[in-house]
Amino acid sequence: MSLFGEVPQATPVAVFKLSNDFKDDPNPMKVNLGVGAYRTDEGQPWVLPVVKKVEKLIVADNRLNHEYLPILGLPEFRSSASKIALGEDSPAIQENRVGAVQCLGGTGALKMGAEFLRRWYNGNDNMKTPVYVSAPTWENHNSVFANAGFKDVRPYKYWDAEKRGLDLAGFLGDLETAPKHSIFVLHACAHNPTGTDPTHVEWMQVAEVMERRKLFVFFDSAYQGFASGCLDKDAWAVRYFVTQGFEMFCAQSFSKNFGLYNERVGNLTIVARDADNVRRVLSQMEKIVRVTWSNPPSQGARLVAITLNTAELFAEWKDNVKTMADRVLLMRASLQAKLQALGTPGTWDHITQQIGMFSFTGLNPKQVEYMIKERSIYLMASGRINMCGLTTKNIDYVAKSIHETVVNVQ
Amino acid sequence: MLARPMKLRLIDAINVVSLWAEIFSWWSEVQMGPPDPILGVSEAYKRDTNPKKINLGVGAYRDDQGKPYVLSCVRKAEAQIAAKKLDKEYLAIGGLGDFTKACAKLALGDDNEVIKSGRNITVQTISGTGSLRIGANFLSRFHTEARDVYLPKPSWGNHTPIFRDAGMQLKAYTYYDPKTCGFDFQGALNDISKIPEKSVIMLHACAHNPTGVDPRPEQWKEIADLVKKRNLLVFFDMAYQGFASGDIDRDAWAVRYFIEQGHNIVLSQSFAKNMGLYGERVGGFTVVCKDAEEAKRVESQLKILIRPIYSNPPMNGARIAATILNTPDLYKEWLGEVHGMANRIITMRELLVANLKKEGSTRNWKHVIDQIGMFCFTGLKPEQVERLTKEFSIYMTKDGRISMAGVTSGNVGYLAQGIHAVTK
Repeated sequence: MSLFGEVPQATPVAVFKLSNDFKDDPNPMKVNLGVGAYRTDEGQPWVLPVVKKVEKLIVADNRLNHEYLPILGLPEFRSSASKIALGEDSPAIQENRVGAVQCLGGTGALKMGAEFLRRWYNGNDNMKTPVYVSAPTWENHNSVFANAGFKDVRPYKYWDAEKRGLDLAGFLGDLETAPKHSIFVLHACAHNPTGTDPTHVEWMQVAEVMERRKLFVFFDSAYQGFASGCLDKDAWAVRYFVTQGFEMFCAQSFSKNFGLYNERVGNLTIVARDADNVRRVLSQMEKIVRVTWSNPPSQGARLVAITLNTAELFAEWKDNVKTMADRVLLMRASLQAKLQALGTPGTWDHITQQIGMFSFTGLNPKQVEYMIKERSIYLMASGRINMCGLTTKNIDYVAKSIHETVVNVQ
Repeated sequence: MLARPMKLRLIDAINVVSLWAEIFSWWSEVQMGPPDPILGVSEAYKRDTNPKKINLGVGAYRDDQGKPYVLSCVRKAEAQIAAKKLDKEYLAIGGLGDFTKACAKLALGDDNEVIKSGRNITVQTISGTGSLRIGANFLSRFHTEARDVYLPKPSWGNHTPIFRDAGMQLKAYTYYDPKTCGFDFQGALNDISKIPEKSVIMLHACAHNPTGVDPRPEQWKEIADLVKKRNLLVFFDMAYQGFASGDIDRDAWAVRYFIEQGHNIVLSQSFAKNMGLYGERVGGFTVVCKDAEEAKRVESQLKILIRPIYSNPPMNGARIAATILNTPDLYKEWLGEVHGMANRIITMRELLVANLKKEGSTRNWKHVIDQIGMFCFTGLKPEQVERLTKEFSIYMTKDGRISMAGVTSGNVGYLAQGIHAVTK
C-alpha cells in the first residue's frame, strides 16, 4: 500500500518529448526544428562571445562570492534589465515609477506576475478574473496562470489560419467583449508560436480598446533583440503602451537574447502610477518570492548586469544579438526561396513575413507526423518550426521534405 | 457663440479624465507588506552605522574574520567547469542528472537499497525553499487523505507560509522545552501520538532550525516507531547535512534510519550552507516510493508541477555541486572544509559560554554548547533582543535565535557583554 499508489503517469511536456525523440532517432539526416533554442550554422548551441568574456571576468574576480541575493534579486540587474525593455529615457523610469523583480527565466517572471495579480489586482482574490492568452500561444502560459490560481484562462483570437496572418478583427473583437478588468497576455514581439506580430498601427488599435475597457496589460517579452536584430525596434509595443499611461507588467527573458537558457535569467518589470505604488507592490512581491524560491540565482543575473552596465560589453552584446537575428532572417529568406523554386503548392510568403525564432508553417498534424516519421524532421504538432534549426547544410533537405509532404499528405 | 462654451466643457472633461487616470491605480488597495522577519534583520543590520555591530540574523556562514567564505573546493570546481567550455542549453525539468544522483547518494548513502532499486525520484530544486515548495505542492495535489502538516514547535519561520500558500494546513507538535533550552522528548511523543493518521509530519534531519536542539539516536528510534504506529507521512528537511556534527553520515543518520525502518519519506536538501552555495540556489527534493514504477509516475507529476513555476532549474550551482560530489579529491576536500566550518562553530559556542562566565553571568548557559548546528536558541526574550539591537547593535531574530556563524573570536567578547547586560 503506498500513499502514492493513485498518482497517475502524467503526459510529458510535448516540446521536451520531441527533443528526446529526436535524440533517439538514428537517421543521420535528422533535423530538430522543435525546441526554441538558437543554433549556429553548424547546428550547434552558441555561447555568446560576450558571455564567455564576462564569465572569465567573474571566475577571476576573487572579490565575488556566492552569498544570497536580496529577495527581489540583484539590484544592478533589475534596473538595467528594465531599462532594456522600457528604454533608458523612458518617462516611467524618469518618473521613478518602475520596479522590477529578478525571476527564474521568463517563466518565473510570468509566474510571479500571475501570483501577484491573483492576490492583489483590482481588489483581492482574482481567481475568477479572466486571463486571456492568444490563440495559439506558448503552451506554458495556460499552466502558469492556472497554477497561480486563475480558474478562467481563455483564448483571444489571434492567428488566422486561412490567411496565415493576424486576425485583427477577431483580436479587437475579443478585447471589446472581454469582461472589464480582464488580464491580457500580449507577446511583445516575435509571437510564439506564429511569428506574427501586430504592426504599429494595429498595436495602437489594441491599446485604444484596452485603455477604454480597463483591461490589464501583461507583456511577455522573451525575444527582445531576436526579432528584428534591434533592441529598440523589438520593444516598440511595450514602450508605446507606457507612453499611453498604462500600468502594466512585462515579463522579460534573457534565455534567448543572451543565450543563457540554463541559468534562468528573467525580470518582471512593473510600471505603476507612482513610486509609492511601486514600493507597495514590490513589498508584496517579496512575500510571494519568499514562499516560492526565497531569492533568485546569482550567476546569470551577475553576467547580464555586468554586460549591460559596461559600455563596450553592451555594444558587443548587441552585436552578438544581431548575429543571431541575421542568421534567422537569412534562413527565412532561403527557405522561402527554395519552396518557391520547387513550386511547392500554397503560398510561402508568411515564412519571410513572420518574425523571430519561430514560423507557423501551416502544416497540419498529419503532415507534421509525416515529416517526423518519414523524414526525421522534428517539429511541433502545431506546425511550428524553429528557424534556428535550419542550416545551410540541411535547408535543401528540409525544403524538399516540406514539398514532398505538402504534395503527398493532405 | 454657443460653440465656445461647448469646447471649454470638452476640454474640462478631458482634463478630468486624465486627472483621474493620473490618480487611479490598480494597486491603490495593495497594502505594504511587512518586512521578512529573518531577511529583514540583515537589511536593518546593513543600515546600522555602529562599527561594533554584529549580524547574528540570517544563517550564512562567516569565517573568523566575519567574512563570507567561498570554499576552496568550490573555487577548484569552478575552475574545472570553466575549462570545459560547456554550453548553456536548458536543463531537463528535473535538473542535472549528475547532480540529482549524487544528491540522493549523499543523503541516503552510496549503497542504499532505495537508490539501487531505483525507487527514489530526486529532482533538482531552487535550494531548500524551492524543494519544500515543490514538496508542499506535490502533497497538496496528491496527498488528498490529509491536509495537515505538523511542524515542530518552533520551526523555521518560512515553513508555515510555504505550506499554507501551497494549500496545506499547519499544526504543531511540542518540540522545544524553554525551561531546559533542550528537547521536550516526552512532550513530542505525547503530541505525536495524537496526530491523526496519514497527516504529514515535518522533521528536521539535524541541526534543528531555530533551536539547534536535535533528538539523540535513541530518541529518534522511538519517534520513528511512534510515527509508524500513527501511519504518518514523514517530510524530512535536511538543510545542514555536514554542518551539524561535521560528519555527513552522522548528520544523515536519522533520515537513513527512518528509511531502513520502512518509512517512505519525502526529503528536502539544501546545499546553501554545507557548500556555501547560497546564492546559486542548489537543492534537491526526493520522494522515496514503493518501487521504480511508482517513482516514474511521481517523477512525471513533479515535472508537471515544476514547469509552470520556472520551467527548469539553474545550472551553475548544480554543476559546481555535482563536480565536487563526483570528483574524489574535491569530495575529500569538501568533507574537510565542512568539518572545519562545523568545528569553528563549536569553538565559538565554547568561547561564548566562557566569555559569559567571565562577564560574571550566573545563568545556566549549558544549552549554548549542547545545541548543534548554525543556530543557538539563547532563551532571550523579545524585549531583551530588542535591547540588544537598539543598545548594542547586535542583530538577531526576535525569538532569541542567533546564528553562531556570525560569531568570531573578535566579537565574542562584545557579544557576551551585551547578552550579560540584558540578562543580569
